[in-house]
Amino acid sequence: MSTPDLEARSLVKRFGAYTAVDTLSFSVARGSFFSILGPSGCGKTTLLRMIAGFIAPDEGDILIGGNSMADVAPNRRPVNMVFQQLALFPMMSVGENVAFGLARRGVARAERVKKSAEMLERVGLGGAGHKAVDELSGGQRQRVAIARSLVLEPTLLLLDEPLGALDLKLREHMKIELKQLQAAFGTTFVYITHDQSEALVLSDHVGVMNKGRFEQLGTPQELYYSPATPFVAGFVGSNNKIAGRAKSVQGGIVELESAEGWSIHAQAHGAIAAGAAVEAFVRPEVASLGRTSSELPAGHPQYAATVESLLFDGANSAVLVREQKSRFEFRIALPQTGRFADLKVGEALQFGFDPARAVCFPVAGSPSA
Amino acid sequence: MLEAGTRRWQARLMLGLFLMPAVLWLVSLIILPHLDLAILSFRERVAPREYRASLEQYRTFFAEPLYWHIFVRTALMSAIATLLTLLIAFPIAWTIAKLLRGRASSLLFVVCLIPFWVSETVRTLGWMILLRESGVLPSLLVKLGITDVPIELLYRDSTILVGLVYTSLLFMVVPLVGSLESLDNALIEAAYDLGASGWSVLRKIVIPHAAPGITAGCIVVFMMTLGNYLTPTLLGGKNSQWFTEQIYTQFITRFNWEQGAAFGFLLLLLSTSMVWVGLRLTGQRFGEVMRRS
Repeated sequence: MSTPDLEARSLVKRFGAYTAVDTLSFSVARGSFFSILGPSGCGKTTLLRMIAGFIAPDEGDILIGGNSMADVAPNRRPVNMVFQQLALFPMMSVGENVAFGLARRGVARAERVKKSAEMLERVGLGGAGHKAVDELSGGQRQRVAIARSLVLEPTLLLLDEPLGALDLKLREHMKIELKQLQAAFGTTFVYITHDQSEALVLSDHVGVMNKGRFEQLGTPQELYYSPATPFVAGFVGSNNKIAGRAKSVQGGIVELESAEGWSIHAQAHGAIAAGAAVEAFVRPEVASLGRTSSELPAGHPQYAATVESLLFDGANSAVLVREQKSRFEFRIALPQTGRFADLKVGEALQFGFDPARAVCFPVAGSPSA
Repeated sequence: MLEAGTRRWQARLMLGLFLMPAVLWLVSLIILPHLDLAILSFRERVAPREYRASLEQYRTFFAEPLYWHIFVRTALMSAIATLLTLLIAFPIAWTIAKLLRGRASSLLFVVCLIPFWVSETVRTLGWMILLRESGVLPSLLVKLGITDVPIELLYRDSTILVGLVYTSLLFMVVPLVGSLESLDNALIEAAYDLGASGWSVLRKIVIPHAAPGITAGCIVVFMMTLGNYLTPTLLGGKNSQWFTEQIYTQFITRFNWEQGAAFGFLLLLLSTSMVWVGLRLTGQRFGEVMRRS
């Protein structure tokens, strides 16, 4: 395997008593799109700023293209960053913004003008070089910010939640555009975000970060279908969380009884002994819905429920139901067949799910964990 | 129709009343005295209580080398003082606006402000106590063995400059802090990230952003310095050769109001044209600059 473009070795950063980044090690392969996903305050911005060189790590080392970045100043690193608020220079035209880095490298004026015009062409802003920054729309500014960095042909492009400031529609559009840009340029992207949908759509690999550590590092599919920790299961995608005690464990399937008295089955992840405190997660699309029990796939436990509320959202429509005995609230994705288009609040239903597709974790700190 | 008209009239009347103090102040204390001075400067006394219109006062200014030498010297010294003030104020403003947070930042600001709690006369006399031959600094120099005998530190051009810079510092720091505070730190980081050195960040990002503040500070300091009377006179003594001193002499000592008025107008012309040249050179607009200051 070739040298990874980015490698972090036991990286630690503390602010006083608070550890922002806690012994983190990972590597990012050349040409891939790597996302760091986590809630605000998880240390992802600190990590990114360490890679860019604005903060020095307390321990560990960062290697970019195989070279240690200890004692290398930000303006000497083969890394460029797209800032959260983009940070385009308002005192310069669009073309001057793109040519700024080239000028600092001492590239001749004619060459600079040519290269920045080419780069603007490549991001679909041909001929916009003379414009002022504030004449551009949000999406266009985004592209200028990326062009300004990519024109320097960095080993690594860092993106600090660059879509955060855009409205929803534009954000969806820019997601696709970013992915296409990354594929076209082949530059390694390191992207940080708290939006799981951005991370899933864009990335080849995602590191889910929490309290300064990676909870899980894997492909979006792995994170979604086989979360390694309860945090990942809860943070990535929507999930029904059922907390309770393990009544019995048989062949990797845990029988869980929730505090409300609802009993379900789920696949055990990690060592779980009978009686231990556990948490199970069931994805809304894993559960199937039927008006009678015969409509449900055979062989899985079934539960009676009533419709609590309907959450219509086009293709992402779901229904909230209450399990009859325990009154537990459970979210189920509505199938796209239109079979449940006439569902009413208060209607009685049957639902069930494959225990093998539900995951169950021991609760951290419980005696059997 | 009528009612709308009446209401508009009322609105205008209110606006007029609000503006009245400012207008009164402008007309009675600035415009009228200047008109009077202008008339004074363009006349010549031919006999007791007998005057005629003439350009004699202005002719004297150009004919007498002493006058225009002092005039040019005042302009140059003021320009140097302004530049020095800018160079000293910039790091202070940068520290207040960008490096310090909260209490420490306000504290440094207050330190810059404290000298202004004392009147200018007392402040300048303080400098005299420090710098005169029998003063604190010369005797300290002797004790340290740097000089054999106490030397006179007053009445030098450099002393005048020190005093002027000290007096003007706050008026440069305030607009600079304002314009530096509005500079987004991400822009500095972005420039640095794109390979800029500290010097090119300053030249390409910080100074262009702070230009209105820099210009505003320079205009205020230059005008204050040019029109300063106390500091050059006290710290420079007879050698100060400041133009305001010449105006004072004409009005008070020689009782030649006509000549004094002409000098006053020349000084006004000088400061106005220097400001205009400064704005043109830096490509700034007056309105924008004054809004920032």
